[in-house]
Amino acid sequence: MTGKLTSFLRNLPASGRIGLTLVVFWLAIALAGPSLAPYSVGAFVDQDVFSGASSRFWLGSDYLGRDVLSRVLWGSRYTVFLALGAAILAVCIGTSFALLAAIRGGWTDEVISRAMDTFISIPSKIFALVLVAAFGSSLPLLLLIATLTYVPGNFRIARALAMNLVALDFVQVARARGEGPVHIALREVLPNMIHPLLADTGLRFVFVVLLLSGLSFLGLGVQPPHADLGSLVRENISGITEGALAIIVPALAIATLTVGANLLIDALKPGGKA
Amino acid sequence: MSAPAVEVNGLVIDVTLPDGTRKAIVEDVSFAIPKGEVLALIGESGSGKTTIALAMMGYSRFGARITADTIRVGDMRIDQLNANELPKVRGRRISYIAQSAAAAFNPSRPIMAQVIEPLLVHRLANRKEAEAKAIEIFRSLALPSPETIGRRYPHQVSGGQLQRLMAAMALITDPELVILDEPTTALDVTTQVEVLRTFKAAIAASGATAIYVSHDLAVVAQVADRIVVLKNGRTSEEGTAGQVLEAPSSDYTRSLLAAARPAIRPSADASEDKVLTVSAIEAGYGRITNGKPAIPVLSDVGFALKRGATIGVIGESGSGKSTLARVIAGLLPAAGGEVCLDGEVLPADMADRSREQLRRIQLVFQNADTALNPAHTVGEILSRPLAFYHQLKGGAAAARVAELLDLIRLPRGLETRRSTELSGGQKQRINLARALAAEPDVLLCDEVTSALDTVVGAAILELIDELRRDLGIATVFISHDISTVKAFCDNMLVLYSGTAVELSRQAKFAGAISHPYTRLLVDSVPDMDRTWLAQRAAVERAAMPGASLKNSAGEALCRFLPRCPVAIAGTCDAMPAPLREGEGQAILCHHTLANLSSAGLAEVS
Repeated sequence: MTGKLTSFLRNLPASGRIGLTLVVFWLAIALAGPSLAPYSVGAFVDQDVFSGASSRFWLGSDYLGRDVLSRVLWGSRYTVFLALGAAILAVCIGTSFALLAAIRGGWTDEVISRAMDTFISIPSKIFALVLVAAFGSSLPLLLLIATLTYVPGNFRIARALAMNLVALDFVQVARARGEGPVHIALREVLPNMIHPLLADTGLRFVFVVLLLSGLSFLGLGVQPPHADLGSLVRENISGITEGALAIIVPALAIATLTVGANLLIDALKPGGKA
Repeated sequence: MSAPAVEVNGLVIDVTLPDGTRKAIVEDVSFAIPKGEVLALIGESGSGKTTIALAMMGYSRFGARITADTIRVGDMRIDQLNANELPKVRGRRISYIAQSAAAAFNPSRPIMAQVIEPLLVHRLANRKEAEAKAIEIFRSLALPSPETIGRRYPHQVSGGQLQRLMAAMALITDPELVILDEPTTALDVTTQVEVLRTFKAAIAASGATAIYVSHDLAVVAQVADRIVVLKNGRTSEEGTAGQVLEAPSSDYTRSLLAAARPAIRPSADASEDKVLTVSAIEAGYGRITNGKPAIPVLSDVGFALKRGATIGVIGESGSGKSTLARVIAGLLPAAGGEVCLDGEVLPADMADRSREQLRRIQLVFQNADTALNPAHTVGEILSRPLAFYHQLKGGAAAARVAELLDLIRLPRGLETRRSTELSGGQKQRINLARALAAEPDVLLCDEVTSALDTVVGAAILELIDELRRDLGIATVFISHDISTVKAFCDNMLVLYSGTAVELSRQAKFAGAISHPYTRLLVDSVPDMDRTWLAQRAAVERAAMPGASLKNSAGEALCRFLPRCPVAIAGTCDAMPAPLREGEGQAILCHHTLANLSSAGLAEVS
């Protein structure tokens, strides 16, 4: 196991190592962040707003005089778990339906595809608005919204990939052997579409971050005083003219997180099961 | 003697490997071609023949570097031209005919626009002149209705015609050098003959010098004046065609020549019980009404196969060979007819067959590149059927995988490699081993050697032949190559347009009696003899006028009628052909068996 891990690390190109480092760093922050935070997330601790870095406030203070470091440490937890969770869930659900549609074909494919088309035609923000208005904002609900929004897009991509693979001879060979649909889906088709699917996951992850911050801006997202990284950028937008750390740091956090995730995914070998 | 029209000296082409080192894929190749002659580059895949041909245009695939002392075409030094000058030469003074015309034509534009494009791009003529010239070339290439064929789209003409249209595109600028890259490899043998003939005439008429790239020595024998035999990017032998073919000096050339002429194997001593019986198969695509599908592919096809015996199924593309294999395997349920295995009628659809029934018939797909899952290792590929059919797992499975690798003569230790890391021949062996892992009674081999080089293909055939002798597996061997089938099979089924026109035992293949279509197939395979093409000149006859495939009573006529050289007017176009059965032979034809002997046919025609 350790041997595999070291050989995996050794074979990873430089860009992949950078990506891996960034992702591991942010995962660690998300896990340990709240216990590291020097101040409470909602406490007004500074007289000044948009102050610069100091020994008391390492990353300065935000538009209300709250500690930016503490808010970023808390915020990364929401972003990493909510966005990563939603992206992974969306890809799993979308791909499962796509495999089912591609392998069964015929009516199953028609029904699933048309249902997804219907879904894709609903504007995601309006859909989120209705759900939040009906049930009130909560983390599971946000996860559900973000997941449902990105299932159809992933389904489309995964179905196109699977359709091409299902037509190949090795799937015919498996069928001629008498294999069941589950074996064909998981052992024959899926391993060959893992790489583009991972790339898609990375993309969806960025989309979810944007969706969540958009929802927060409308007051439907993560509820104050808590905030995800996206809403930290939103709420401190007035500081951009001053070059306040309060806006630069969360923006940098989103950038490093998404770039890191995408670098790592791109560095994984196509067709590999890394 | 004047200087040769094309001269290449010390050509080296190298690529950069991922670790930064450079590896030569072509090393120190030199040749010269006198004006108006045809030079053939012969070799297996990977020998660098296409790479050399492309280098004549100063073109290399991405990352490859061409260096040479001289590459001269006429008065141009290709090796000294820069990137701005090369495009002015390509397509105008040097032109290229690719292997697959179907892939080289843009499907969304009419043919004429594409054929005259080189003239327009190089501003050599206006559209009207260019079209007039194209029509002239169409005529010289013996294309049907030369005035109007240019208005059609690529999918509206046949493969052989498209290949000739591709030649028209290459010849329209009167180039000094024409490069033909395996131009007939993708064609049926019968089509290949006419394409070869027109190419040869057109090149001679245009006075161009030509380079003909091919792996098929017999084809090259017909067109080439000089031959360069390549092996691993180096010249193995060079000389005039007669010299290379009749008195080869290198062992490699001799092995190529030997592989091109398969030796006839003795019939296997098959036991008497019939393991596979296929009778009256009707199959096709679309809705099935009254036991006939909307788009029929096979009608009334049947044969019986003894344990350990081989039946060769041959025909041109579209004759239904692969469909027959899919019907037997149950991938395509037959609309009518029966497939019997050891006297037990199998359900038409594989979904209704038991796992044991599935195990006993194994299909080996044509293209090992796509038939092996690129995400799996060789070990995973081979152990899956073991687990699936024989419930072998863990150590027992690993031992059996090693045994299978021994059986197909691949080194142990290959288990951990992915199929993408293997060569074409190795992949085809793994493909075969996967089918053998099931321990089948019947092996369906669908064109298993057609994607392989001659030498590698011959080794695979040798292997299949041995395996069936040792393991007693009955083999259905599908091929478009009648010489392979003749050498390799005990029985032969000839399909034409989905009907069985002939079924014979091996003793009868070489004999004089055969269906006119079988005779056409046999006659279309080029001999190594250089005069073969000229001798074959006017064998084929014009199609019978007004031939339709049904008579006035609505009965199906012989499907071969429009192409039959010995059709009997008033009989063949009026009555369905009777099945004539002789000893070990059944032929669907109006001629009597005595008449179908070569002597008899000479009389008739």
